[in-house]
Amino acid sequence: MFSKILIANRGEIACRVIKTARLMGIKTVAVYSDADADALHVQMADEAVYVGPSPAAESYLLVDRILDAVKKTGAEAVHPGYGFLSERAAFCEALEAAGVAFIGPGVRAIGAMGDKIESKKLAQAAGVNTVPGYLGVIKDTDEAVKIANDIGYPVMIKASAGGGGKGMRIAHNDAETREGFQSATNEARSSFADDRVFIEKFVTQPRHIEIQVLGDKHGNILYLGERECSIQRRHQKVIEEAPSPFLDEATRKAMGEQAVQLAREVGYYSAGTVEFIVDDKRNFYFLEMNTRLQVEHPVTELITGIDLVEQMIRVAAGEKLALRQEDVKLNGWAIESRVYAEDPVRGFLPSIGRLTRYQPPAEGVDSHGHTVRNDTGVYEGAEISMYYDPMIAKLCTHGKTRGDAIVAMQDALDAFVVRGIAHNIPFLASVLAHQRFKDGRLTTGFIAEEFPDGFHGAVISSHTRDVIAAVAVLVHRRNAERDAKITGQLRSTEITVADSFVVGLDGEKRAATVKPTSHGYDVEIDAHTFAVRSDWRPGSLLLSGTVNAKAISVQVEATRNGYRLIHAGATLDVTVRLPRAAELALYMPVKVPPDTSKFLLCPMPGLVVSILVAEGEVVTAGQTLAVVEAMKMENVLKAERDGTIAKVSAKKGDSLAVDQVILEFE
Amino acid sequence: MQHILRQLESKREEARLGGGLKRIEAQHSKGKLTARERLELLLDEGSFEEYDMFVEHRCADFGMAEQKVPGDGVVTGHGTINGRLVFVFSQDFTVFGGSLSESHAEKICKIMDKAIQVGAPVIGLNDSGGARIQEGVASLAGYAEVFVRNVMASGVVPQISVIMGPCAGGAVYSPAMTDFIFMVKDSSYMFVTGPDVVKTVTQETVTQEELGGAVTHTTRSSVADNAFEDDVETLAQVRRFFDFLPLSNREKPPVRPSFDSADRLEPSLDTLIPSSPNKPYDMHELIQKVVDEGDFFEIQPGFARNIITGFARLEGRTIGIVANQPMVLAGVLDIDSSRKAARFVRFCDCFNIPILTFVDVPGFLPGTAQEYNGIIKHGAKLLFAFTEATVPKVTVITRKAYGGAYDVMSSKHLRGDVSYAWPTAEIAVMGAKGAVEIIFRTELGDPQKIEARTQEYAAAFANPFKASNRGFIDEVIMPHSTRRRVARAFAMLANKKLENPWKKHDNIPL
Repeated sequence: MFSKILIANRGEIACRVIKTARLMGIKTVAVYSDADADALHVQMADEAVYVGPSPAAESYLLVDRILDAVKKTGAEAVHPGYGFLSERAAFCEALEAAGVAFIGPGVRAIGAMGDKIESKKLAQAAGVNTVPGYLGVIKDTDEAVKIANDIGYPVMIKASAGGGGKGMRIAHNDAETREGFQSATNEARSSFADDRVFIEKFVTQPRHIEIQVLGDKHGNILYLGERECSIQRRHQKVIEEAPSPFLDEATRKAMGEQAVQLAREVGYYSAGTVEFIVDDKRNFYFLEMNTRLQVEHPVTELITGIDLVEQMIRVAAGEKLALRQEDVKLNGWAIESRVYAEDPVRGFLPSIGRLTRYQPPAEGVDSHGHTVRNDTGVYEGAEISMYYDPMIAKLCTHGKTRGDAIVAMQDALDAFVVRGIAHNIPFLASVLAHQRFKDGRLTTGFIAEEFPDGFHGAVISSHTRDVIAAVAVLVHRRNAERDAKITGQLRSTEITVADSFVVGLDGEKRAATVKPTSHGYDVEIDAHTFAVRSDWRPGSLLLSGTVNAKAISVQVEATRNGYRLIHAGATLDVTVRLPRAAELALYMPVKVPPDTSKFLLCPMPGLVVSILVAEGEVVTAGQTLAVVEAMKMENVLKAERDGTIAKVSAKKGDSLAVDQVILEFE
Repeated sequence: MQHILRQLESKREEARLGGGLKRIEAQHSKGKLTARERLELLLDEGSFEEYDMFVEHRCADFGMAEQKVPGDGVVTGHGTINGRLVFVFSQDFTVFGGSLSESHAEKICKIMDKAIQVGAPVIGLNDSGGARIQEGVASLAGYAEVFVRNVMASGVVPQISVIMGPCAGGAVYSPAMTDFIFMVKDSSYMFVTGPDVVKTVTQETVTQEELGGAVTHTTRSSVADNAFEDDVETLAQVRRFFDFLPLSNREKPPVRPSFDSADRLEPSLDTLIPSSPNKPYDMHELIQKVVDEGDFFEIQPGFARNIITGFARLEGRTIGIVANQPMVLAGVLDIDSSRKAARFVRFCDCFNIPILTFVDVPGFLPGTAQEYNGIIKHGAKLLFAFTEATVPKVTVITRKAYGGAYDVMSSKHLRGDVSYAWPTAEIAVMGAKGAVEIIFRTELGDPQKIEARTQEYAAAFANPFKASNRGFIDEVIMPHSTRRRVARAFAMLANKKLENPWKKHDNIPL
């Protein structure tokens, strides 16, 4: 076994590898760029070597720098993580040449699977299902119809030179094929000046399901079940799970065996993933093979109990797999949510900056037998930089059933405190709470179909609203009890803490009465009693407890008028007032927030590089109005609609805060 | 007998109606509460003890003899906020537009006299059209009586003014002499002369809101200390604010039980200071992570944002915080920030509130605008205020402490009690580059030499150790332990005794 390995990566995956290496008694070497000097992986590793400036192309992607670090530290093997150099055959070769082990597959497998067409051919040869289709040039409409019938409807007619949906048609019968072939050809000619089209099977209700394989250098190859990664936003996986709610035992076995066949074909060893697309009739077709550890590998680890990183290291050291296929048992259900530093209500714009608060949910097994695992590369006070993937953490939960894993994930997301930057937890919570997700009716189109206009905040049920109102009463009552204990009170004043309140939430008022009990209160709202129990104390950001014996986590912040409670992806401003105060509050004017559609606001803190319009100028939608530089990135701000500029409030060189007015329309 | 007792009740009923239902409705339709409703929200339920409910004016001119309303446009008395005594007056806009008559003024004076005697704060809720013109000079005399009490009470009991409607002309000078002014957005304004007079005299066209609204006074003039959305929010915040204040200059600030451990470490503070010396960071984060429960009541948050002032608690005990804000103008000291912080420091010193100062200051702001407007005297105010203050003073230097500004920011030299510095502190006369350009002027032609000299100077002074060698810094501390260290320092200083030499009063450069 190796005594020291280097991890040629950063962030959560570097930390993940270090954890296993440490358990195995192997010393670790981290590499880091300027931006990562204080990063968690650097702190966790036994040694750290600086490899260059912040941009990955000048540090993490430089094979020579990594090799120098290997030589300098005497590491015997390199784990590449995912991304960066993980699928570069040249890197693997360079290590081999230097006599250093690569913790991953061999050069041949990486090379063969790195090429999309090559890998498809190999797959076909290995007897792996590929999407049926005809790759040759189609002469005319009649030939198109014949090919379509050979493949079986529905089919997709695609421009060879295509992209972005242009020159793409779906046909369900001969008539549609004739029409589609003609129009696709025309469109291809006008869009790409290349009228070649091809026809392939149209996969209806496609799901992304992938098989984890694991092989050693002695010809043993296993499959470790599947992961379903259908929840994707613009081809970026968002939520993954294992097993898939869709596969039956027979399909799982068939997919697993084909994946193993393909791996065997290319002499695969180490961990790898064979990705398939699966249609609504459980037909599955090969997409591609990833010759590395996947981002979403933890869900497989949680249901198999196998540490994939450990297996990769053992295989790289030449050990034989200690497992046989029949030893691989899938136990329970695991889900992974990718927590990203991106603002879901602003079109998922990356949000960079300092994590002023970062308190992930507690890891380990909870009282219900659910497991929480959080793979991360950050800590409170760390910086999410613009140079790399804006991932904050991979939050995983495991339970006996899919339902258990979902509930555990919802609770874990509720308890995940992130402040200082925008994040996608509200969006993740919304997907998990979605009935279609709960039903397991997933396709790769899930997000596009269920959130067609983007994300505008989580929607919560009226029952959850009542629960939140009851929680707010606990928070308020605890604060009031504490306030009543201030020193310097007038003699003979006895402060009675009130028992009746009016809770205001989203414009609705609810009368609430409180009965103190041990560890909480019985809160009566609209003739329903909510038994709220929690040891929450004034000032705590996170309230955890139970409402009617059901576990709940709510994040609590004080506002000028009451509280901001964050739960189930929703942020709710709540007031808790004495009945008389609530009565008087009705006289208060409702202040509508200023109409910001008339303004161009600065989307992030930054420096004005230029203002391209003048007062009185008529602009058209899409016209560039201003350029703002933030973190060395120039952001072009465009007009969202036609209009006339009434006033320009910022000038070149101004340093602006987020939402500061740049200019005003008439 | 019963009918006599009932008579009292019916007289009270009448008085409680103030200017009558119609005017009350008008007040409500403007989104404003009545004088009594406001007191209900400000004070603990059922704690209000009213005085002078049946006082009436004594004016007989202009038909006033026929128009008498019991209480005469102001509700006065005392009550409690979380059980602690406070004297209040609340002007009733429904009665003669809340205008101040001689007897109206007498009612206010009566509770102020009591407040000074028993040592309890005064909160005034202002909503008044101004002087009772029908009374003429008697009304002006009334104002002056109130002014005198404002001055006599100053530094004896805290005085808080809440502007909840108009406050114009001579009326502004009573709030002006109190310790804090809070305003209600969109429904309150303050000015010495209104838009009409302004138009006549200076030809300027300006709205009431622009001339003296909440935004103007919290961001431009600094007359007001903060503004809130509406009556309900404002009074809730005044209650919150009141809990920070001692009742009088004879008492220590109150103690509110805290669930936040004094030993709490904040590892994230170790990465607060950015690696580049020119990159700003938000000083609010440090404040929030050091004080109890992150609970900070900021004073003048919208004015001179290059310095932060406000109240917080450590181990449940009120402290005042003064902190440079690197996010705004690099945290530089200028006229506005010096004035803002000086007044805040003097309030704390008046009322036995210990002061915690966080320092990251590159110096004083240069320029003709500053010099012509008297930065010398205004800057001296802060220097003066910190020096004369005898309350416990703890200072933490996080990064830059350059030049005269280092001295000013509650340094050891100004009778600071405990001075800490983070390892990232740079205590020097100026930044290395500027210093080298002066000391090694003759070498300026040789960039290589200058670069070497700059590094040499930075190595010598861009750290807290030169200052700690001299004992100007008591200890260099880890950022993550700031809360614990500061809490211990204030605990140690709890019984500090320091007196200034006898004087009638000092002569701070006003």
